[in-house]
Amino acid sequence: MLNCHEATRLMSEAQERSLSFSERISLSLHVTICRGCHNFKEQMGALRKMTRAYVKGENQEKK
Amino acid sequence: MTVDSIHENPSEQVDSMLADTAFLEDIRRQMIKFATLQLGDSNQAEDAVQEALIGALKNAASFGGRAALKTWIFAILKNKIADVLRLKQRVVNASSLLREEDENDDLSALFDRKGYWQADERPVAWGNPEASLRETHFWRVFEACLEGLPPKQARVFMMREFIELSANEICESMGLTTSNLHVLLHRSRLRLRECIENKWYLEGEKNAELS
Repeated sequence: MLNCHEATRLMSEAQERSLSFSERISLSLHVTICRGCHNFKEQMGALRKMTRAYVKGENQEKK
Repeated sequence: MTVDSIHENPSEQVDSMLADTAFLEDIRRQMIKFATLQLGDSNQAEDAVQEALIGALKNAASFGGRAALKTWIFAILKNKIADVLRLKQRVVNASSLLREEDENDDLSALFDRKGYWQADERPVAWGNPEASLRETHFWRVFEACLEGLPPKQARVFMMREFIELSANEICESMGLTTSNLHVLLHRSRLRLRECIENKWYLEGEKNAELS
């Protein structure tokens, strides 16, 4: 069973490489029962969207 | 002339690459964000990017395609940034030494001894992140959080997420192993996430309660 430290590590690595089948299974088990890691997973997607928007210069419009 | 022979002609391929202003403008924007945060000075950043672009485009004919050109521009830019930082280093040496130590931070503030979230560090739901992107103040928080990362974490995070280099390219250019890189990116994301949550989502709630 993964702990939160390991689960967040896998969620971060998933942004660089595809996880193995067994990694995906143990991660989804953990995320199903852990609210904090469930939120973390959503935030990995949000963080990437924010960064892309930042680089595109969405923050410049109102300056 | 057939379509195929156009693609085999390197100089025409370069022409089409250089005529693609959207492509060059995208690269320029990514590089400027990266350079600005690395140098902490937008004028120096613009200069460095300008020089890197000119340097790379002079030799554009030797590049097979857009991905290769982008990697090359970035490599030049990185050297320019390193030069500028080396000069600045004389001034900021002491403070940057202190910050280097942060790279080896342990994560015990975030996780307990068994590796589970500390009660007050557990990520909360962010509601609607898209809405934040329209807020000017949000971007100030976002920038401050990026600047608060330890330098090496910030560098690899930006190489990955701003310049969109692959993990392999980053490892090669920084002399890192893949597992080093994963550790640095994991830490940078943990920190950035935490900072944005504390300074934007939780502060925002407090502000909303007050008003």
